[in-house]
Amino acid sequence: MLQIKDLHAGIEGKEILKGINLTIRPGEVHAIMGPNGSGKSTLASVLAGREDYEVTGGSVEFLGKDLLELAPEARAGEGLFLAFQYPVEIPGLSTINFMKTAVNEVRKYRGQEALDAAEFLKLMKEKMSLVNIDKNLLTRSLNEGFSGGEKKRNEVFQMAMLEPKLAILDETDSGLDIDAIRIAAAGVNAIRSKENATLVITHYQRLLDYIVPDFVHVLYNGRIVKSGGKELALELEETGYSFLKNEMNIA
Amino acid sequence: MSTITTIKDKAQQLGAATQDALQPVRAAALAAFDQLGVPAVKHEEWKYTRISQLFNQPYQLGVDHSNADAAWQAFRLPEYETANELVFINGVYNAAASTVRSAGLVVLPLEEAAKGEYAQIVSKHLGHSGKYLKDGINALNASFLVGAVFIGVNRSTEIEHPVYIYNITDGRAGNVFAQPRTLVHVAANAGVVLVETYGSIGVADHFTNQVMEVVVEQDARVEYYKVQNDSNRSSLVSTTHFRQVGKSYVHAVTISLNGAMVRNNLNMVMEAEHCDSNMFGLYFTSDSCHVDNHTIVDNAKPHCLSNEYYKGILDGSSTGVFNGKIFVQQDAQKINAFQSNKNILLSDNANVYTKPQLEIFADDVKCSHGCTVGRLDEEGLFYLRSRGVTEASAKSLLLHAFAVDILDQIRHDALRFYVDQLISERLGA
Ligand SMILES: Nc1ncnc2c1ncn2[C@@H]1O[C@H](COP(=O)(O)OP(=O)(O)O)[C@@H](O)[C@H]1O
Repeated sequence: MLQIKDLHAGIEGKEILKGINLTIRPGEVHAIMGPNGSGKSTLASVLAGREDYEVTGGSVEFLGKDLLELAPEARAGEGLFLAFQYPVEIPGLSTINFMKTAVNEVRKYRGQEALDAAEFLKLMKEKMSLVNIDKNLLTRSLNEGFSGGEKKRNEVFQMAMLEPKLAILDETDSGLDIDAIRIAAAGVNAIRSKENATLVITHYQRLLDYIVPDFVHVLYNGRIVKSGGKELALELEETGYSFLKNEMNIA
Repeated sequence: MSTITTIKDKAQQLGAATQDALQPVRAAALAAFDQLGVPAVKHEEWKYTRISQLFNQPYQLGVDHSNADAAWQAFRLPEYETANELVFINGVYNAAASTVRSAGLVVLPLEEAAKGEYAQIVSKHLGHSGKYLKDGINALNASFLVGAVFIGVNRSTEIEHPVYIYNITDGRAGNVFAQPRTLVHVAANAGVVLVETYGSIGVADHFTNQVMEVVVEQDARVEYYKVQNDSNRSSLVSTTHFRQVGKSYVHAVTISLNGAMVRNNLNMVMEAEHCDSNMFGLYFTSDSCHVDNHTIVDNAKPHCLSNEYYKGILDGSSTGVFNGKIFVQQDAQKINAFQSNKNILLSDNANVYTKPQLEIFADDVKCSHGCTVGRLDEEGLFYLRSRGVTEASAKSLLLHAFAVDILDQIRHDALRFYVDQLISERLGA
């Protein structure tokens, strides 16, 4: 589904990703872990198409297409979803109105007919109960005055509405207490399927207690330096990231 | 002969021909105009709005439009079937085209009002705005006073339907200079919704210099909406001067979407204690449109509250001007005055000049003001796009979101939908 080959990217002339290789197949859950500053968010941003970042080498193929050639909205149309670490607050725009536009533009991109008001409402109700979010939140200005947990739940709701094939969760656990993490994770798990894949980006292991990965990768200094099964996450939890420096020195 | 000389001559002739109760006002105004002339850009209040250029060409003056055809009806506002409609064609009130439905609403030619039951009100209040706007353009309006109207709202009457005021210019026979004039008196404990809009007929240069004075008595309530979406060849100086002479409530919203050169003067003079006045504005300009909002809040008495919030979206090579004056006089203790102006520039060629101007002579007051000029939020844009919304739609959603808190201040539902629709069309949504 996603094939990243020797991806180099940076910002303002500074190289941050220094040759990433990663393959994700349908149904898989991958986790990328790593210390702060290793390039995790940069990877998520580059995949979603944030224009501040410059790709200097390598390729990314998503469902047979050259992802890097696509505008951010086209990436979403193709089925990529990035749950933001810091969802943006937009006073004056409700989640519902935003989603009305987003769902129908994505449907248009996918060659599907637009939903009418009744159909949209039905879809919304279905997804609201799936991710357990209150309607009140959705009629308010997007993320404005939301708690950390509400913001993340809103991200998961939007994800459910757009039915992505690959969901990237960027530090979805940051700043959340364990209850909020559990709720967000339950939402993510509720929309997982054999056809879909998930890429969880996190500094801590705790989110992975609730979204159990098939593969764990350790990102350090712009490269994936270690990959393994879910036990790697536990190992990291015990030993921390300090081993990396030693290992890197030896290598 | 220069346009200004022609205009003065016309005013002179008019004065000689009409020896009515308004003549002293006209004569004084003409003398003032003679002395002051058209404000030049060196006049501090007209620094960014080059009004003098509008006098560089000839206009038709004093054409009889009493038999106007139905062309003005293209500018009717929603639910006009139930509304009161006052139609001005080239500055002159057209009674035949107008409809007054609501009981308790009085509409009279100003010269008639000046000699009947309302004579005292007229003589007391007509021309008061001249004290605040000591400039030639305001005087020029008063030097004509032809086809002007008195609008009275009787005591303790809530006028159920809005009063739509259409300021129409008909340029089918050439360039037009129009000077509508209205004096509104809202009696004690009365309530009214006034809506003004503007429309141009024909391909010509249109210039409207309008003055409305509104007197608001004890416990009265006024909602006032101004919707400006005129042609690229239509310029406007629109002065609305409120006097809150008793404890009262005013809620004003000015929406400017198009026009060649638009200058709004909105003044709130709070002459009684416990007045409450609200001024909201939205200007959304493109191409070479120029919109200038000058506002004055004058606190003369204690315990008043004023709240002012203007927002601008500027595209193309358009220009926005916001100047908000707040005067707090010595006696006006314990007043609250808020002011905010926020702007988004969508193009490198668009300009905005924003200036708060506070003059405070009382010590126990709460005043705050702030202004911002920025670009469309890139973070927000990326966020929306990452959810599959195209760049164009994302921009339109963000701009609509920016405008919505001003739109929400239009409490008359049909009008709000109408304006929202105009804005959505502009945004291509
Ligand atoms: N906008 C930016 N400008 C300059 N440097 C940046 C920017 N964004 C990230 N970086 C730098 O790139 C490196 C990786 O950052 P990031 O991808 O946020 O790491 P992580 O998510 O793993 O903490 C850091 O050294 C960070 O300082």
